[in-house]
Amino acid sequence: MALLTDALSSVALVVDPVPWARSQMAFTLAFHIILVPLGVSWSVMTLIANYRGIKRNDPDAMLLAQRWSKYMAVTFAVGAVTGTVLSFEFGLLWPKFMGQWGAAFGVPFAFEGIFFFTEAVFISIYIFGWRRLKPWAHFWTGVPIAVAGIFGSISVVAANAWMNSPQGVTLDSAGKVTDVDPMGVIFNDAMPLMAAHMVVAAYLVGGFMVGSVYAVGMLRGRTDRYHRLGLIIPFTVAAIATPVQMGVGDGLARWVYDNQPTKFAAIEMVTTTSSDVPEVLLGHLNSEGEVVGGIPIPGLASFLSDPSTGKSTVVQGLDETPEDQRPTIHEVNVVHLAWDVMVGVGTLLFLLTLWWWVAWIFRRDMPKSRWFLRAAAASGVLGVVAMEAGWTVSEVGRQPWIVYEKMKVEDAATANTGIWITFIGVVILYLGLGITTILVLRQMSRRFRTGGPSSEADVPYGPSDPVEAGSVDEADDAVDARKVPL
Amino acid sequence: MATTAALILFAAITTYAVFGGADFGAGFWDLVAGGTKRGERPREVIDHAIAPVWEANHVWLIFVWVLLWTCFPEAYASITLTLFVPLTLAALGIVLRGASFAFRKAVFRTRDRRNFGAAFAISSVLVPYCFGAVVGAIASGRVPAGGKAGDPWDSWVNPTSVLGGVLAVCLTAYLAAFFLVRDADRLSDESMVAYFRRRAIVAGVAAGLVAVVGIFVLSNDAEYLFDGLTSRALPLVILSAISGLAALVLVTRAIRRGARLAAVGAVVGVLLAWGVAQWDYLLPESLTVSAAAAPSGTMTAVLIATGLAAVLIVPAFVLLYVLDQKTLLPEESMPEPAP
Repeated sequence: MALLTDALSSVALVVDPVPWARSQMAFTLAFHIILVPLGVSWSVMTLIANYRGIKRNDPDAMLLAQRWSKYMAVTFAVGAVTGTVLSFEFGLLWPKFMGQWGAAFGVPFAFEGIFFFTEAVFISIYIFGWRRLKPWAHFWTGVPIAVAGIFGSISVVAANAWMNSPQGVTLDSAGKVTDVDPMGVIFNDAMPLMAAHMVVAAYLVGGFMVGSVYAVGMLRGRTDRYHRLGLIIPFTVAAIATPVQMGVGDGLARWVYDNQPTKFAAIEMVTTTSSDVPEVLLGHLNSEGEVVGGIPIPGLASFLSDPSTGKSTVVQGLDETPEDQRPTIHEVNVVHLAWDVMVGVGTLLFLLTLWWWVAWIFRRDMPKSRWFLRAAAASGVLGVVAMEAGWTVSEVGRQPWIVYEKMKVEDAATANTGIWITFIGVVILYLGLGITTILVLRQMSRRFRTGGPSSEADVPYGPSDPVEAGSVDEADDAVDARKVPL
Repeated sequence: MATTAALILFAAITTYAVFGGADFGAGFWDLVAGGTKRGERPREVIDHAIAPVWEANHVWLIFVWVLLWTCFPEAYASITLTLFVPLTLAALGIVLRGASFAFRKAVFRTRDRRNFGAAFAISSVLVPYCFGAVVGAIASGRVPAGGKAGDPWDSWVNPTSVLGGVLAVCLTAYLAAFFLVRDADRLSDESMVAYFRRRAIVAGVAAGLVAVVGIFVLSNDAEYLFDGLTSRALPLVILSAISGLAALVLVTRAIRRGARLAAVGAVVGVLLAWGVAQWDYLLPESLTVSAAAAPSGTMTAVLIATGLAAVLIVPAFVLLYVLDQKTLLPEESMPEPAP
């Protein structure tokens, strides 16, 4: 066996697992997080359309709600399988982390399980219920999906927040967890603001994602009432969430300033402790650790950190933290750039929502300009970019710690040297999955468009339609709309 | 408290094995249903049967993981470190399976359906094999305690693991055939009832043979487990065998009532026997349940979460079940929902 291992390492088959484990976790999380906003907020938009459909007897709104519930089923399915992979990866990639901290880190997940179950069952009922339940009863079966989505994401973020603020655990002298206070773990200091930031992000990003699809449709000349409504409902959700997010994000940044000064120093790229710290837009640290390039705005970082003391607010520098306990220069650059991207894109989206509100307040209608539609069409992708950037700030800014000031990432990883192989496998599989998901959603949309009201057989757990899938029935169904676009 | 948590964990594994197992087994029958034309009708029945339940069935697996890493973190670390390869294969298989199944329903070109269908069906066999091999590795004492890695290959390529994998595939196919008989019955499709009835018999006989061979494998390869199975777990082994025989008799004579229940009883019996045989070890002969247990604060939280789950989720499932049963016309027949 030793001989074999030597032979393997000589052809570079045995490589340090840590960077590969980090890459794989980052990649699978980055993929999964795109589906999260849809899982959390799409149900709410669907319920708004559904409510309007019943209350005002609005067939366009009702049709939107029906179709959205079908798309939602597909994205929820993909989210469920990619989420399952994450539950494997905790152990496969970070066994030492789970072995030592599982008793604390796992607690929020025990509760998340309840919400996930609830979501899965009621999504099923809601999709089945279109033809079989009375309209209002059916509407109410959708409400638990929305509630479970919020609490489910709060639970998951609570676990992540615990990694930033590991409270509620008692350790013995050897560092083994001897006692756990579940409330202390779940309601750790970082949790309220981080959870709020993610839930609001889910509404913001989900709103822009769904809305952008209809903005594209309107740009292509489909300006009927159906498409307008498909833009107005999600965009209004996003336009409410965006200003709220500015406030929540600001609060969270100040929490980081108070509790994770090293992460904050990385965000603001502050090398030495001082007051009157400028906010540097872009720029980077060179290999000597000096700030290069960028546009400094004098005193702004100090001012934003604590407006009550203004420019004289002292911001702790990176050099206060020993080198092996703070992010590397490269990581600082990643964090700072990600921060600028999140704030920059967030601000652009905020301006877009301002445009939206101004138009509604003064003209009682959505903005008419094609430029608005173009911006709205881009807003879905931009929202995702901002969310990914924000998540990067949070995760890379915590480095080198997996559990803040308690365990380093390199001490948490598996010793398996074949991670690079699984990483490549996962990337290929997920790329295929991502592309196929988009193709399938597009195919559904095209079918809806050309075929009018379609069957419920389009979704993984839609009730089976007797005419579905069968050459036996095909002849009888030559007019079946589903076959037309193919 | 550790014992209660272990019992809940075991109940979750059993539930997953029955409902998830039936789900995987349906994929097995999809795989062996033959060409596009010949396999069309069976595949339709299978589609109808698992479409509304496959997602809920997966939640059980996540529940198992969460219970394991929260209540017995050290065991979880040892298992994932040692059994990296089969668990990775299982995870990839689950992605491929779930996504392909969802996509197969969403696309309409025969070629696309066939490709997604094949991916779905192959992974439906791969995943239970891997899980069976993992159980075999644990039960034969190949996973060391203390968050250490055992042998990355021998831990799951060994007689007990092969037995576990093959038995898992047989049992999933066996369960699924019984469930599908009932589903075909509800679709009032007599030819499909007969079709799956034949398969239920074949799978039952195969699972029985594998189990008999297994006794010899275990006596050589997993002594601790074998001793347990032949002493304190013996009543369960016998119960499982009787249930299995009863299921075979019922299905052969085309008696509708009770066959499915007996089949489930046989599978649950196998799992319970495994659990009792290796009690009170979590990892046989190296880590006991009480030694692996998380601190009491964690256990309390998990028990509360489980209680809440029972209060909230059971009614939800009942609602799904009732809605499903009450409002359907025979020709619209729906597969029955999960648990």
